[in-house]
Amino acid sequence: MPESASGAAPLIELDGASQVFHVKGKDLPAVSDVSLSVGEGEVLCLVGESGSGKTTTARLAAGLAAPSSGAVRFEGRDLAEMSRAERREYRRAVQYIHQDPYASLNPIRSVRSTLSIPLRRHGLARSGAEVEERVDDLLRTVDLTPPESYREKFPHQLSGGQRQRVSVARGLTLSPRLLIADESTSMLDVSIRVSLLNMLTRLRTEEGVGFIYITHDLALAKYFAWEGRTAVMYLGKIVEVGPTPQVINHPQHPYTRALLDAVPEPDPELARQKKAGGGLLSADIPSLSDLPSGCTFHPRCPLAEDRCSQTVPLLSRAPAAPEQEVACMVVTDPRPAAPAGAAGAGGASP
Amino acid sequence: MTATSSPVTTATSAAPRTKAAAANPLRRLASEMTRSASGFVGLCLVLAILLISLVGPLIMGTDVPGDPARAWEPPSGEHWLGLEGSGKDTLHLVVIGGRPVLMVGFLAATITTVIAVSIGSLAGYFGGRFDALMLQLTDIVMTVPQIVLLAVVGAFYQLDSPTLLAVIIGVLSWPVLMRSIRAQVLSLKEREFVEAAQLLDVGWVRIVFGEIVPNMASYILINFIIAVTNAIYAMVGLYLLGLAPQRGTNWGIMINDAWTKGAMFNPDAMPYIIAPVTMIVLLQLGLILLTRTLEEILNPRLRDR
Repeated sequence: MPESASGAAPLIELDGASQVFHVKGKDLPAVSDVSLSVGEGEVLCLVGESGSGKTTTARLAAGLAAPSSGAVRFEGRDLAEMSRAERREYRRAVQYIHQDPYASLNPIRSVRSTLSIPLRRHGLARSGAEVEERVDDLLRTVDLTPPESYREKFPHQLSGGQRQRVSVARGLTLSPRLLIADESTSMLDVSIRVSLLNMLTRLRTEEGVGFIYITHDLALAKYFAWEGRTAVMYLGKIVEVGPTPQVINHPQHPYTRALLDAVPEPDPELARQKKAGGGLLSADIPSLSDLPSGCTFHPRCPLAEDRCSQTVPLLSRAPAAPEQEVACMVVTDPRPAAPAGAAGAGGASP
Repeated sequence: MTATSSPVTTATSAAPRTKAAAANPLRRLASEMTRSASGFVGLCLVLAILLISLVGPLIMGTDVPGDPARAWEPPSGEHWLGLEGSGKDTLHLVVIGGRPVLMVGFLAATITTVIAVSIGSLAGYFGGRFDALMLQLTDIVMTVPQIVLLAVVGAFYQLDSPTLLAVIIGVLSWPVLMRSIRAQVLSLKEREFVEAAQLLDVGWVRIVFGEIVPNMASYILINFIIAVTNAIYAMVGLYLLGLAPQRGTNWGIMINDAWTKGAMFNPDAMPYIIAPVTMIVLLQLGLILLTRTLEEILNPRLRDR
């Protein structure tokens, strides 16, 4: 972490935040005990399978949901205890870009009106000409050029990628200090995706905007968050977190390894050598309503030992990679007494 | 760079059209209005009736001279629709009888729609105790029988003011629309663009009336017009049943008058019955047809076909 803020409170901080949904009388712990923080100009990438709680975590950070327990702090102040003015400041500073641009743009609003409402409301542009100018700037920022051919368009007249860029432009209207992007580039063409990611990186390096970037695509995490950190989530918990290069090049947690193994290999020779499922014992994700005991990953884990089904592992420093934190007992606390034999037995029994 | 250049070319080719349309909003409105043939017919009908009823009395005067000796005279060159029971010109009565009907219809519908939309959207958006309270209120208002209440009010007060009549009809008929608005808001408020607006902190007034309600614009407008037709039926019905004082002239009173004077059995009196009925039917038909055009104008998805 080269630019980790020392001393000053981070921009956003989740402290043991949990979110439990109640569905049909069952408790679904979508996110349990997640702690993370993002400072100015930092980027944190959340990766994981569908249903791993990435979006819920991001929504907690964006203040779209209140945590069932734990706290979310913005510059050291708890969201739940904020005054109206503080809340307003927080709301302006933290923006969330939705995943689905088909749902997140109001069908009755033209691009211009979508972008100008927040500008006017927050007094960022007063005269009509000023608003026009800002709207054009924003459209140029997201590569919707020339702006005059997009200003009057309605969402249904735009393609998915164009909508996505309008949605990003809307997230930028208030010049936020933290942007939370939920798979926000998944619908874009590759060339546009790169230019948008470069634009977002520029915002980060030049204006110190912090990012929480959610993706299931490790290549994107690598591209966008190389200088930042990556947190890998599994069933609502962070299983591994650390600087992106280390997490990707030296994955410690068996789940991270499986995710990286699942990245398609272009070389057919190498691809044939790979084990299907990335070495996982099962491809099925356990249900949140019926989580396995102990480490929730143990039914699928190739390294699972007996103790894994009994004790919940906590995030701690990995001995082999001091910058990473891993929630896996087998990695962080290898037992000399029970070496390969126990691990092999535990893995083969199911 | 093909990916970036292709949307640009399509966009520039579309640009002149939008620019020209924006430059002349009147022409644009005209082209929108004529898109649906039946909608245009409806618009013409409504405009014609509005013109006859609002401008006609100014030209012909509101005073209709009557000559009882010439009662039930059949149509002639001088009196196109003949004369009624007290020798008054039927056409003249039809022309001056439209204004109160239109006024009650539109005023009552405006009152109904404003109440239903504001209470319905706020109750749906905020939910909780306010919502429960408002639902209770709709239950109570729905149980009040409109005709009976109007009869009672008519017995105690002079109901000869169309405004008062419109207010009573309007205040009693909002619950149904309110409930359907509320139901739609319940679903619309979960949409992501509402969340996006909340994220941008634009305030609840803006979110409810700027983001959510305009999404129901065509629905609301169509219901407004249905409310106009309902209010007109309610009003005409009241006069026809004799529950409102038979003072002044309007199409309802004309039908009641024809009924009480036994015009139903007099072939010469046919124009006197048929004329106001035709006017009411044409007005209602025009309004319903008009809703089609309005739907196309207000729904941006249909607009670009």
